[in-house]
Amino acid sequence: MIIASNVTKTFGRLKALDNVSVNCAKGQTIALIGANGSGKTTLIKSILGMVVPDSGFITFDQHNILHDWNYRMRIGYMPQIGRYPENMSIAQVYAMMKDIRKSSSTVIDEELITGFGLNELMNKKMRTLSGGTRQKVSASLAFLFNPDVLILDEPTAGLDPVASEILKQKIVQEKEKGKLILITSHVLSELDDVVSEIIYMQEGKLLFHKSLVQLQEDTGEIKLAKAIAQIMK
Amino acid sequence: MRTIIKYVVLDLVKNKIILVYSFFLLAMSLGIFSMDENATKGIMSLMNLVLIFIPLVSIIFSTIYVYNSSEFIELLVAQPLKRKTLWLSIYTGLSVSLSLAFLVGVGIPVVLYDGTATGWILILSGLFQTIIFTGIALLASVNTRDKAKGIGISILLWFFFTLIYDAIVLLLLFQFSEYPLEKPMIILSMLNPVDLSRILILLKLDISALMGYTGAVFKDFFGSTAGVVISAIVLLLWSVLPVWGSLKKFQRKDL
Repeated sequence: MIIASNVTKTFGRLKALDNVSVNCAKGQTIALIGANGSGKTTLIKSILGMVVPDSGFITFDQHNILHDWNYRMRIGYMPQIGRYPENMSIAQVYAMMKDIRKSSSTVIDEELITGFGLNELMNKKMRTLSGGTRQKVSASLAFLFNPDVLILDEPTAGLDPVASEILKQKIVQEKEKGKLILITSHVLSELDDVVSEIIYMQEGKLLFHKSLVQLQEDTGEIKLAKAIAQIMK
Repeated sequence: MRTIIKYVVLDLVKNKIILVYSFFLLAMSLGIFSMDENATKGIMSLMNLVLIFIPLVSIIFSTIYVYNSSEFIELLVAQPLKRKTLWLSIYTGLSVSLSLAFLVGVGIPVVLYDGTATGWILILSGLFQTIIFTGIALLASVNTRDKAKGIGISILLWFFFTLIYDAIVLLLLFQFSEYPLEKPMIILSMLNPVDLSRILILLKLDISALMGYTGAVFKDFFGSTAGVVISAIVLLLWSVLPVWGSLKKFQRKDL
């Protein structure tokens, strides 16, 4: 569904992405793992068209994304740090997003909004929200338009255990609908029962792309955290 | 595109600075016209306001606004929108709001007190200054990540167009006073939208005789139909080129 071919991106002297090629298919739940600064977020942003690669190209359903924008209709993105217009209220942000993405075919999915109890906070301004509440807004926005692809950058960072569990349940539920889900996370134990594939990145290079089963076989470890630890050695 | 413009304009109205700006302009214009018996004198005083103050407010306000909308921009580029639509909507929202403020603050008093062709030229010049300097602000802010640096560049650009450029032209005039400089002077004044507007207004005021031989050459050129058409084209180029450059840059920008 999403294919990246030889994508390279440099920021000044830093090579954020070094000849990265990946193939993400429908129905997969992929964990993007790597140390800080290994290029995970840059890869995600390239897929979203927020970062323009120096060379290589990315296709979404066989269409090059370079001059396209309609494909983003089918992606729900939860950024690592959600930044929102400070003087808008939560309700206004939702209204604006609905205004921009409105189309007759999309089904609005407000399950997370109610799940997180955001309904009571609707009139609060974005600048008054705590980091965790912002994350909740970001998460519910990503799922709001029922997209085919979900890209979640550190989804559980900053969320309390209850909210984290609600989000995880939601991810599992969407996975069962056969959606493509890309997750980056540092809390590997959380990914165990969710992911089906692992992409491991190091210093901008893609080290491997394996299924979880394959990785477990190769390392002889069942827990993802331990398997990754063994590779990092 | 209309959806995004709506949100930009709503945000600007909520901001209230635009409202304060229109009231300030209105107070200034009414003050100037009621002080001078002669409306032409009023136009002269207003011209200096329009050619110095309007570019300053347009460029600084727009630069700061673009930096402060970084969250808005970041949120929307991940959405199914063309970057071109987003950027041009911000530009349109800004220039429409600032132009409306100008029309309320200066346009209405000028029409009420003067209403001559000179007055209309003044209003047109002010509108051009507003959209040209909003465009230059967009170009300055898209090219610098750092907010303080971006605002600094905007202030310098304003300084350049309103003061430094004239100083350079004067210096050239004195250095090359033995050569015929009339044609180069016309070209030089075309390169600066502020100067171009000033000349257009002054020529309409019929005081170009005060400018000596150069004034006569100016009158010859800018008074002719061809001169007016060329000036209009140059002002249009000034309104389009900076925005176009900023758009090209924004489409390749990493966010």
